[in-house]
Amino acid sequence: MALKDEVGRRGEDCAAEYLLEAGYTLVERNWRCDRGEIDLIATRNGDIVFVEVKTRSGIGYGHPFEAITVAKLARLRRLAGTWCRQSGLRARHIRIDAIAVINRPGRDPLIEHLEGVL
Amino acid sequence: MGLARTHSVALVGLAGSLVEVEADISSQLPGMKLIGLPDAALAEAAERVRAAAKNSGCALNGHKLTVNLSPAALRKHGSGFDLAIAVACLAADDVIPADSVAGVVHIGELALDGRLRPTPGILPAVIAAARVGRRTVMVPTGNADEAALVPGVRVIGVASLRDALIWHGAPLEPVDVDVLRAPAEDERVDDTLDLLDVIGNDEAILALQVAAAGGHHVFMLGPPGAGKTMLAARLPGLLPDLGPAASLEVSSLRSLSGRPVGRSLITRPPLEAPHHTITAAAMVGGGTGQIRPGAAARASHGVLFLDEAPEFSAAVLDALRQPLESGQISIHRANAVAHFPARFQLILAANPCPCGQYGAGRAGPGDPECSCPPQARRRYLARLSGPLLDRIDIQLTVKRVSIAELRLAVDGGRLSSAVARERVLAARTAAAKRLAATPWALNSEVPGPWLRGVDTRLGGQVTAMLDRALERGAITMRGYDRILRVAWSIADLAGAARPGPDEVGQALYLRKGMTS
Repeated sequence: MALKDEVGRRGEDCAAEYLLEAGYTLVERNWRCDRGEIDLIATRNGDIVFVEVKTRSGIGYGHPFEAITVAKLARLRRLAGTWCRQSGLRARHIRIDAIAVINRPGRDPLIEHLEGVL
Repeated sequence: MGLARTHSVALVGLAGSLVEVEADISSQLPGMKLIGLPDAALAEAAERVRAAAKNSGCALNGHKLTVNLSPAALRKHGSGFDLAIAVACLAADDVIPADSVAGVVHIGELALDGRLRPTPGILPAVIAAARVGRRTVMVPTGNADEAALVPGVRVIGVASLRDALIWHGAPLEPVDVDVLRAPAEDERVDDTLDLLDVIGNDEAILALQVAAAGGHHVFMLGPPGAGKTMLAARLPGLLPDLGPAASLEVSSLRSLSGRPVGRSLITRPPLEAPHHTITAAAMVGGGTGQIRPGAAARASHGVLFLDEAPEFSAAVLDALRQPLESGQISIHRANAVAHFPARFQLILAANPCPCGQYGAGRAGPGDPECSCPPQARRRYLARLSGPLLDRIDIQLTVKRVSIAELRLAVDGGRLSSAVARERVLAARTAAAKRLAATPWALNSEVPGPWLRGVDTRLGGQVTAMLDRALERGAITMRGYDRILRVAWSIADLAGAARPGPDEVGQALYLRKGMTS
């Protein structure tokens, strides 16, 4: 596994842990179809939340959120639709969130969560 | 806090309006959205501000910034809003106190390293801010002298965004930077042009003084090498210093054209001498998006010299008719109207024919002769339209200097510009005193009814020569009034209380002294 995948994997672990602590139930991790991947899918109070997780090991190359582009969000929105059709789950609301994880070596990870970014 | 506001100034022509710059931070993915009708240069402010803030030691908040320029319907141009946008964003992020930012007008363009670049149009912008009651203005150090020319305004010159933030109370250490300055003074009114250099041409020198005294427009006709350009270039030297309002206007126009203004207001009248290939837009002003002043506006309160006048395109010459009449240029666009002052003194110079030699010879063997057919000669001068020439009070022929005049000139007795300016100033003072109860200040502005009014009418004996010319049909009624105006200027110059037969005769000569 390449180092960047390792960093991303650890960041997703942190994000999943954070969501569980915040009262979410995880539904799916790294759900894939032929058009892409959704990092995390979670539910709380009947809402389904699709989460894009972005991890960096520092902010030398910018904040993780800065790497989440409009195109990426649009893809996530399409994937969300696909997932809903396939799973047959009916949700009151669906939402797209972004979680930034800054995982500096030797320090506690820093997690930021933006709700409803699209 | 999440929200902060400050002010900047948007210019349309010379008129500025205060623009409120609001910044809001919302929990969204990072980005900056600039709204409120920015043009292309202003829309790029987001990138400049982001880089400048980062390089000044306090990066912008990592969330979404919405910057609104209000009034939203007014189009905004240029890069002068960068500083206001940067401080509004940082105040919204609580880096600096929002109330400190709200009370200051910010103008200036940011470099990516956080330094402030000198920005064109600072002077009219600060004047506009002062007019709506703003008392504190923050500008780039390179423009601080220029902004300080506006009375009653506290000017804060800052070299960089960091300095600006420190002034507003940010806990940063000052860092010395190289101040960005505008390129050094390129051109100043040339004081070396003196009337002493002119040899012969006594009547032209008199005509220049009369023109300077009364604010009359001049048309000089003569062969190449007769000294038309030399004479015209010396007219600004004869004009008195500009008054406070005029010098503020001249300096503002200079600032708006992006030329350096310097530490003091411009007090000498400007000279604009555009080339004859000039377009109508370059002459009266224009441009897509931002409306910029043209040569006629830049010559306001000074001299607009058109050398080789018949070579100018007819559209350009006729575009001057409105400013000649109203002293103002209005440029209309779908979304705005810009007004520029254009109270210039027009000097036209022309050759008598395409080859230039017509009437130049002094009837001796070997003199150059005109090779143009009469039709070409007539067509050449007909390019100056009647309505334009009609507005020109003084029309005279300039002859080549003869060897006799050159010999005579050595003996002295010529007039220096300084002396001539004194005379012009005295004449203008006399005219202003006489016209004190009227809305006019110069003889050239006075309308016909005043000239023929009960108190100011000249006696039948005085105007006898003029009446005869009118009777013969040599001049029109409008021409009659124009000659009277010039006669008053000649009288003022001579220190006479009112024109006598001699002054009227001279005025008639200056109007009809053309050979062709």
